[in-house]
Amino acid sequence: MVIPEICAWLENSSVGTAIRQSTWLFPTIETVHVLATVLVVGSVTMLDLRLLNLASRDRSVTELHREILPWTWASFAVAVTAGFLLFTSSATKYYHNVPFRIKMVLLVLVGLNAAFFEFRTFRSVASWDQGRRIPLAAKIAGTVGILLWIFVVACGRWIGFTK
Amino acid sequence: MLERFCDWLSNTPISLTIQTVNWIIPAVQTVHILCVALVMSSMAMLDLRLMQLAGMRQPISRMINRFVPWIWFVVPILLATGTILTIGEPSRELLNPYFRAKMLMLVTVLIITFVIQRRSNKDATYWDSRKVAAILLGALSLLLWVGIVSAGRWIAYY
Repeated sequence: MVIPEICAWLENSSVGTAIRQSTWLFPTIETVHVLATVLVVGSVTMLDLRLLNLASRDRSVTELHREILPWTWASFAVAVTAGFLLFTSSATKYYHNVPFRIKMVLLVLVGLNAAFFEFRTFRSVASWDQGRRIPLAAKIAGTVGILLWIFVVACGRWIGFTK
Repeated sequence: MLERFCDWLSNTPISLTIQTVNWIIPAVQTVHILCVALVMSSMAMLDLRLMQLAGMRQPISRMINRFVPWIWFVVPILLATGTILTIGEPSRELLNPYFRAKMLMLVTVLIITFVIQRRSNKDATYWDSRKVAAILLGALSLLLWVGIVSAGRWIAYY
């Protein structure tokens, strides 16, 4: 019962009201959301493709990890902030929107997949850092990551096409 | 002239199919955005390297060989999905100033990318020894890509 009340409060807040009533705020924030999202998806895909031995094979996994993930995290912070602002404009509507709900569940799965990789699989990276003999767990993490992001983007796009 | 072309195109069977089957446009847009993610991230990596802001442990020519081939592979998919979306809603795109600005910026950035790659292929140290030009072209390219993505989103709001 508490979530619908939070939604009502958000969309009646000055921020939510301003975004909803303005002609340019929503598309501007949405543009930032899209820019940040494409950087998150594209950058994390580079690492995922390395885990699948499909790109950057001549670079070590740790080097790529260190080089790419800070950009991914920074972009993710921007995407979440912009996404939250978009949400406040019509919180109740989004809360009841099916693609939106699926997207949120998928994002939780993205987080679990990443956490499992970081805290379990990546610990043994020293033994597979340079070569092409990537452990199955890392390949699965890469595959699952790519697939989840594809569906996150699809759900994000579908939100705009549902009532 | 262009209006008449849009009218004609929007009444063709293929356009009518795209208009009436309601999953086609969001599905094609999803593929389009995923391709934008690949191009945008690859170009951001290269542009940041050209601007001396990231990836400094690698020479510029190596970054070009790593990232630019993706552009030539993915941009045709972007053109194909973009064409499907345009056939579905011709006047929404072709008569839209944001769409026209986007195409202008796209052609410009592709020419810049082609030149950057070509110079580097002829002389691998070309951009490493021309820092100012590399920084300016990297900044211009990144700005154009941000402009392309932004204009793409604003098409929907004209």
